[in-house]
Amino acid sequence: MGGFDFSNHSRNAALHAQGFPLPTATSTGTTIVGCLFDGGVVIAADTRATSGPIVADKNCEKLHFITPQIWCAGAGTAADTEFTTSLISSNLELHSLSTGRQPRVVTCMTMLKQHLFRYQGHIGAYLVVAGCDPTGAHLFTVHAHGSTDKLPYVTMGSGSLAAMSVFETAWKGNMTRQGAVDLCSEAIKAGIFNDLGSGSNVDVCIITPEKATLLRNHITPNEREKKMRDYRFKKGTTAVLNQKIITRADISKYVTVHELDDGTPVAAEKMDVDT
Amino acid sequence: MQPTGMLGEDGIHVDMNHLKKGEVNLGTSIMAINFKDGVILGADSRTTTGAYIANRVTDKLTQVSDTIWCCRSGSAADTQAVADIVQHHLSMYAVTNDEQPTTQTAAAIFQDLCYDNKDQLSAGIIIAGYDHRHGGQVYSLPLGGSLHKQSYAIGGSGSTYIYGYCDSYWKENMTEEGGIAFVKGALSEAIKWDGSSGGVIRMVVLTAKGAVRHLYLPDQAYEGPGKQPKAV
Repeated sequence: MGGFDFSNHSRNAALHAQGFPLPTATSTGTTIVGCLFDGGVVIAADTRATSGPIVADKNCEKLHFITPQIWCAGAGTAADTEFTTSLISSNLELHSLSTGRQPRVVTCMTMLKQHLFRYQGHIGAYLVVAGCDPTGAHLFTVHAHGSTDKLPYVTMGSGSLAAMSVFETAWKGNMTRQGAVDLCSEAIKAGIFNDLGSGSNVDVCIITPEKATLLRNHITPNEREKKMRDYRFKKGTTAVLNQKIITRADISKYVTVHELDDGTPVAAEKMDVDT
Repeated sequence: MQPTGMLGEDGIHVDMNHLKKGEVNLGTSIMAINFKDGVILGADSRTTTGAYIANRVTDKLTQVSDTIWCCRSGSAADTQAVADIVQHHLSMYAVTNDEQPTTQTAAAIFQDLCYDNKDQLSAGIIIAGYDHRHGGQVYSLPLGGSLHKQSYAIGGSGSTYIYGYCDSYWKENMTEEGGIAFVKGALSEAIKWDGSSGGVIRMVVLTAKGAVRHLYLPDQAYEGPGKQPKAV
């Protein structure tokens, strides 16, 4: 049987009883929002991941793919949102293959809530579920304990209060696509600037019955500027005390020396970095 | 704290404060009443996580079969899960017996789930329904899992403030207008005095003709708009 292994919980409790601090998970101290508009739905998220007081990732992705027409914004424990959404994504694909129908947003929401309810809140996934299916455009929130809400505009995460204040002042019924994108971006920006747990950029996903459009880094209000001063020391700042020249012939006694074709140095192999 | 289940140190009194940290709570005012032609269910619309209102227009009146509804209080996750399971059982019942379930049947399924899992659940539910055999019926299913058939039932944190109101103003066999006024009057008081209750007042009027939803808004002093165009 599949499932989660909670045996580390008793280990951690035993270690904690001996005075060791409990291990902490990377949490996406987050602002995520969603908003319905005439003919579709928009969700948006900030891109900061934190681990205690440390910014663990300045440009992470909190908008998760479920199906081509259903997307999910995640707050809470980063690993839990990642694994829960990918698990439900897999099961929904199998479900739609076996029924021969396009997956519905309510089905996705029900599978998420039943999975999270079974784990009684230990899976710390707080999700905004949005999408279009043959029954229309839908927007839900799912809390870690398994409760759900259906609303025309929603916010979650530590920046939800800042974001909700934007919605409660500027939201109107029957929004246009552009109006919804702008309102969601403003709400995320309120989270980025007013909530310590949120920051960096705005990601947006627009879902209509025809297609879903992911706008990665739709707004980048925290671009790193070029330093105004250079702190490198000029050559010769430190006095040379002595000098020793080792010739190629000398070093060849200890290591093998290869001659390159034109004698120019070769750049070291590039390391993969998250962009 | 030692895991003592839901019972307090005396082993008698129920620990009402065992909601898990950060859990969504329906700090609630709910009620259901019998009247001349059927039943009326009523609820406020506030859900909270701690001090934050997570949803100010919640629908705590949940349909579990064609003519049976329930009012949910306690943990949002627990009561939604229970209502979903009951809804599933009742739809299977309707198909296998080729007959709609009675309110009593629904209440018994709710009780089975809530009593068997009483240590894990915090769910206070009021079940109300209409069937042609028994007419309108109201059942109260509080925390421990006991089931009580009543002429009217109130529940949730806000209900403590309206025991006196309901006792004074209750009359058997009220008209629909009288019943709506009773529920609205009681819930407005509960919302006024209970900080965990608030928002709009939702109602469902259940008669032989089916279910009709009502909505009463605080910015219209809970006077309107009343009957909603689309009956659910």
